[in-house]
Amino acid sequence: MAAGNEVSSTYYIQHHLQNLTFGNHPENGWSLAHSAEEAREMGFWAIHLDTMGWSIAMGLLFIWIFRKAGKLATTGVPGGLQNAVEMVVEFIENLTRATFHGRNPVIAPLALTLFVWILLMNTLKIIPVDYFPVLFNKLGVEYMKIVPTTDPNATLGMAIGVFCLIIYYSIKVKGAGGFAKELSLTPFNHWALIPFNLVLEVIGLLVKPLGLGLRLFGNMFAGEVIFILIALLPFWAIWLLDVPWAIFHILVVTLQAFIFTTLSVVYLSAAHEHH
Amino acid sequence: MNINMTLIGQTIAFAIFVWFCTKYVWPPISNALHERQKKIADGLDAASRASRDLELAQERAEQTLRESKEQASQILEQANKRSAQMIEEARDQARAEGERLIASARSEIEQEVNRAKDDLRAQVSHLAIIGAERVLEASVDEKAHRKLLDELAAEL
Repeated sequence: MAAGNEVSSTYYIQHHLQNLTFGNHPENGWSLAHSAEEAREMGFWAIHLDTMGWSIAMGLLFIWIFRKAGKLATTGVPGGLQNAVEMVVEFIENLTRATFHGRNPVIAPLALTLFVWILLMNTLKIIPVDYFPVLFNKLGVEYMKIVPTTDPNATLGMAIGVFCLIIYYSIKVKGAGGFAKELSLTPFNHWALIPFNLVLEVIGLLVKPLGLGLRLFGNMFAGEVIFILIALLPFWAIWLLDVPWAIFHILVVTLQAFIFTTLSVVYLSAAHEHH
Repeated sequence: MNINMTLIGQTIAFAIFVWFCTKYVWPPISNALHERQKKIADGLDAASRASRDLELAQERAEQTLRESKEQASQILEQANKRSAQMIEEARDQARAEGERLIASARSEIEQEVNRAKDDLRAQVSHLAIIGAERVLEASVDEKAHRKLLDELAAEL
């Protein structure tokens, strides 16, 4: 879509950044939002169908590929798929071994899931920004934002999952008392400074998932906006900027998945350690 | 861009994927990887062991070869010595035999000669006796003596 005038450009950008929202509208009841305004009015009781759909699809793709490789896994000479899958698994195993100093059989699969899932979701960004919105428009669906990681709900949702595990393992390893002691008696081991410590540590704890989720979201969202802006150029000029940006994003996509995974493992490792 | 139930939905999806991965995806792949690692390590071990065995076997083969060569040369030497000895012995024997034969032939000849001499002597004496008898029978007849002596001389 070439930039005709400013209204249509603004509309184009907003349209591409709007999720397909299904929720309880104060006037229309449970329905699909037809504008950003309506989506906002739905408040918390709404769900982004595109985010959920695409993320679950990518998750299932991950599960399907890796399950298939797992079923075919032999100790003999591996084939192409098995080779690729094993490379990823080995990469994650090394990462976990280097960063995680406890014994927990869930950490490595967790890291694998995070890495591959986020990687797949991020990779959707390489698909030209207009393909799916236009296709779904033809099918009568108004909005379609296919990259789940450009939706803060998705990234923060995963971060909350990691956060829950941090809390769970902190309590499991150190006991509720030990965890409370860690929150209240570090960094200053004095009873009078307990409130100060508590504030410091709780903020520190809450910042972990927030940082995780917002870092991934910020990177992906910014990249997506740039892609949309590039798409506003005349059609013959798009590739000039689009191609370098897409190539650069091959790096960003992998790096962000890697950072999210590594930090999750580091946080979980810290949750397993006594101070 | 609103925060809404998607957050919870995503968390649930995340939990389910992690659970499934932990339960059904990770173990078979990880196991296969570790088993293959073990297999490869075993294989390498076996290979190095085999090469060591080969080295030993080669060494042993070389040693055996060396030993057998030594033995062969020893046997050859012995055989040579033995044959030389045998030839020497045979020569000695032959010489001894020859000498013996010569000696016996010589003694036989001597015996023969002696016997002939004895025979001759006996015959001469016999003839002398016969001549003497004749001389005595015919007495002093010169003609007769002459004749007799001539006969005697002819007979000698």
